[in-house]
Amino acid sequence: MPGGKPATGGLEGSISAVYRLELQGVGKRYGRLRVFQNLTAEVQSGQVLAVAGRNGSGKSTLLRIIAGLIRPTWGQVLFSQDGRVLSPEERRRQTGLVAVDVSLYGELTGWENLSFFACLYGRPLLPEEGEGLLKEVGLAGRGDDLVQNYSSGMRQRLKYACALLHRPALLLLDEPGANLDEAGRAIVEEVIARQRRHGLVVLATNDPGEVAYGDVVLHLGEGK
Amino acid sequence: MREGWLWLLAAWAICTKDFRAEFRTRYALSAIGLFAITTLTVVSFSLGPFGLSRDLLGALLWVVLFFSAMAGLSRAFVHEEEAHTAPALRLAAPPGAVYLGKFLFNLFLLLALEVVVLPLFIVLMGLEMGNPGGFLLVLALGDLGLAGVTTVVAAMVAQAGARSALFTVLSFPLLLPLLVSSIEGTRLALQGAGLDAVWPSLQVLLAYAVALFTTSLALFPLIWTER
Repeated sequence: MPGGKPATGGLEGSISAVYRLELQGVGKRYGRLRVFQNLTAEVQSGQVLAVAGRNGSGKSTLLRIIAGLIRPTWGQVLFSQDGRVLSPEERRRQTGLVAVDVSLYGELTGWENLSFFACLYGRPLLPEEGEGLLKEVGLAGRGDDLVQNYSSGMRQRLKYACALLHRPALLLLDEPGANLDEAGRAIVEEVIARQRRHGLVVLATNDPGEVAYGDVVLHLGEGK
Repeated sequence: MREGWLWLLAAWAICTKDFRAEFRTRYALSAIGLFAITTLTVVSFSLGPFGLSRDLLGALLWVVLFFSAMAGLSRAFVHEEEAHTAPALRLAAPPGAVYLGKFLFNLFLLLALEVVVLPLFIVLMGLEMGNPGGFLLVLALGDLGLAGVTTVVAAMVAQAGARSALFTVLSFPLLLPLLVSSIEGTRLALQGAGLDAVWPSLQVLLAYAVALFTTSLALFPLIWTER
């Protein structure tokens, strides 16, 4: 996708503030199962934190902890803007999440999903803006179709549009290329490149090609 | 000020989203509507020409409303978990707005149910209202409490197994004071007692609804956030 467009669409943007994400001794336990422990990492605006590890090592759990959806058993996650640590509520508003196991509403159309999430973020969506977003993720002309009739790849593309419409400073991608074809993976590459100019990215993956996006790589299940 | 407005807008967006989805699937409406109509029809045919006294009719009405609510009102949260849409909702919306949006959806579902059930009840059971105003007030306040309890309990059981059984088992003790007051108020209103006689029941129902709603709103972030 072409770069250098003006900062008008949902996928556009430039760094206006310095964001910093810090994991301080983060660990998670479910009952007697210790998923991971003592994870420490730090990334800031313009950087990508790649979380790698075998299946079941807790990559998705870590992303949910960073998003504030799950509480860590040990340690803490700090997300700051220009040196000020944001509250969990402020962090929530600054976070976008794309994950295979997080779905959109199948009974709604693509456009209705976009409009719904825009309203939740307090950012009503203009029709032309929504069309622009759908076009950028390769769903032009499909906004009026019910999401339950989308293919898995189309759903994944719509998740990107929904996650980016409030221009989050913290973008969390769990298996970012899942279900996507070559064109879809090019969109992911473009999204990550643009997010570097606007904020930071945390991605969880097993794909060595996607791990290569990381400026900082955190290996789970290896004690690193 | 702006935050409060955005909070209300988010709650309304959640309510209208649920209604849009409900009109396309008709799951909850079918579940509660079919239960209510089937129960009423069976009881009506069983009783034949003998009918029931006004005392028993009030109780029967609330039994029908209670079990109809148990049949479908948990869907507001259960479907979010089953369809894996809950994490996106948790991330995008403030917890209080989620509770209010789901509460309004359940309240409107109950009202829609009553629009269908009440005329049927009047026709099939030969219901005569001595004090229609008092009866409708009891019904409205009872609905507020019923929607409030079912919404918060649905959020609690949505992440558990055996949700249907848990939903009824947990809701019943919470709803017992509401059911007792609603049945008493309905009985008095059907017998034609004045508003002063119905007033104690209305006070209990109003206090119950306010206490339940504010407590639920305060506790909901703890219920809605995963551990």
